[in-house]
Amino acid sequence: QGKFTLLRDTRTDGSFLVHHFLSFYLRAGCKVCFVALLQSFSHYSIVAQKLGVSLAAAKEQGQLVFLEGLKSCLDLLFGEEEQPGQPSPLQFLSGSSCDLRALFDFVRVSLSATAGHSWKGPVLLVDDLSVLLSLGAAPVAVLDFIHYCRVCVCCQLKGNVVVLVHSNEDSEDEENELVVNSLCHHSDLILWAEGLATGFCKDVHGQIKIIKRLSLRQAEQDLVQTYQYKIQDRNVTFFARGLSAAVL
Amino acid sequence: LVFTEEDKYGLYSSLLFKYFLAEGVVCGHDLFVASAKEHPANILKELPAPLLDDSYRKELGDEAAAVKSEDFQDSMKIAWRYQNLPKMETSPTTYTKFGHYYDVSKKMSPELCQSVKLHSFYLHEELPFEPKMKTWNMNSAYARLLQSIQRIISQEGFDGSDPQKKQRNVLRIGIQSLGSILWGDDVCCSDAPEDPQSLTKFLYVLRGLLRKSLSACIITVPAHLIQNKAIMERVTNLSDMVVGLESFIGSERETNPLYKDYHGLVHVHQIPRLNSLICDVSDTKDLAFRLKRKQFTIERLHLPPDLSDTVSRASKQDLAGSAKLLSSGCGAMAIGKKHLDF
Repeated sequence: QGKFTLLRDTRTDGSFLVHHFLSFYLRAGCKVCFVALLQSFSHYSIVAQKLGVSLAAAKEQGQLVFLEGLKSCLDLLFGEEEQPGQPSPLQFLSGSSCDLRALFDFVRVSLSATAGHSWKGPVLLVDDLSVLLSLGAAPVAVLDFIHYCRVCVCCQLKGNVVVLVHSNEDSEDEENELVVNSLCHHSDLILWAEGLATGFCKDVHGQIKIIKRLSLRQAEQDLVQTYQYKIQDRNVTFFARGLSAAVL
Repeated sequence: LVFTEEDKYGLYSSLLFKYFLAEGVVCGHDLFVASAKEHPANILKELPAPLLDDSYRKELGDEAAAVKSEDFQDSMKIAWRYQNLPKMETSPTTYTKFGHYYDVSKKMSPELCQSVKLHSFYLHEELPFEPKMKTWNMNSAYARLLQSIQRIISQEGFDGSDPQKKQRNVLRIGIQSLGSILWGDDVCCSDAPEDPQSLTKFLYVLRGLLRKSLSACIITVPAHLIQNKAIMERVTNLSDMVVGLESFIGSERETNPLYKDYHGLVHVHQIPRLNSLICDVSDTKDLAFRLKRKQFTIERLHLPPDLSDTVSRASKQDLAGSAKLLSSGCGAMAIGKKHLDF
């Protein structure tokens, strides 16, 4: 309850973690607000079906509030004039406001309204935050947005927040690194998917570092575990380093 | 969304671009060609002619048969462990039904070109930006291009908005040299461009348009001119597939004996991971291309055997250095630090 989880990937694609958390929270009966900025609804839907969850059904029942970033952006840019009562969540794109307030309002409204159903704790899932920078949001605006979400979802509503970001050790994208580093310091749990240090391998797709923050003040007390993983069509298998099935 | 990084002189990337469009013509897809450099009609005049199935298949079939009969009897004596490994196929000898082959030395006939609908966008012939559109915060050339694409998609029913249209077709979009100065974007010229987010915003909106319609798009970008690497990282994130072409013209690799059979390298930086947890990764990461008189082929890179009489230490180090450069991995699967070479 009230946890902020950061999903981070470096030189590989960590979206399998997003799919996992989505189906995990839906199966647990939580109310999920999914801000999907990079892919379409059908993409997530098809993968979720392989993992045993139906996104369409969850949406019908009101368990899942899905913001499809791509579609919302098109509606904003190509659609008719927006209705005064329903501002587009991605309003910052058209330049009328340079902060992500509208997006936050969308999140707050979708997770607060729980009349009629008793879902377990609310969850905010974002895929992925680095896209907001590409769309012109300032790093400070992104951090403010996350801060507001955290206060609202984690503290007030006692829910969880899971956010995916991309990062790179020798990245030249300073704005992105700024956001990622800042989020790392504020997270309770960091799941970091990385490429193997030895290069590409067919059987081991990467390694994942799980960093649990025991105390927000002292970094030495963090619990760090490392596993390697292989992604399959319906599943991801994790194993201890060096013990891939291909080797044994 | 296929994002192609152009090679230095743009020769090979424009060839790849034309292949994409030619395939569209042969398959009967509608085409949308956008360019700020040359008029789309001119681009279309230069599409390679498709090879008639029968004659080419026969050629390929003959070659394959010849190869097979030769080394069928040879069994390896010294390196017998390698016998069990599948034969390395550099080029597709067993033709597949997917796609067509083209003859680069011949141009596509005008009748074939005209058999599909072409929508073109030549920047210098377009009307200026309509003032009634909302402020988009984007380079106006990009905005106009997006509007044009969106208009075609909705008018021609590629987004399924017209239920009466029984036959649904695919729209192939090709955008040439995006990001170059001709589009009014200085991202290729200066280290600190005026509006660095125009390109990424454009890609995001384009991605949205592609996702909601039956279309596929190839973009070529003179990436070697973009100084700001942060933009390239963001762009890679926003594209489904990123391929880079590196030609050997004018570089030291042209004379390097390793690469004497090839004209350049193909770097696959990212492959699409759509509708699935996994992506389709091929066995090898080292691809090179060459332009023969009739054909443009992409093959696995073969290091030629080291048959020189005087094998000096210097050349061996050179080989090792180049070999390290070869095995750089691809972004969808993990890549790591290259300090181990196998």
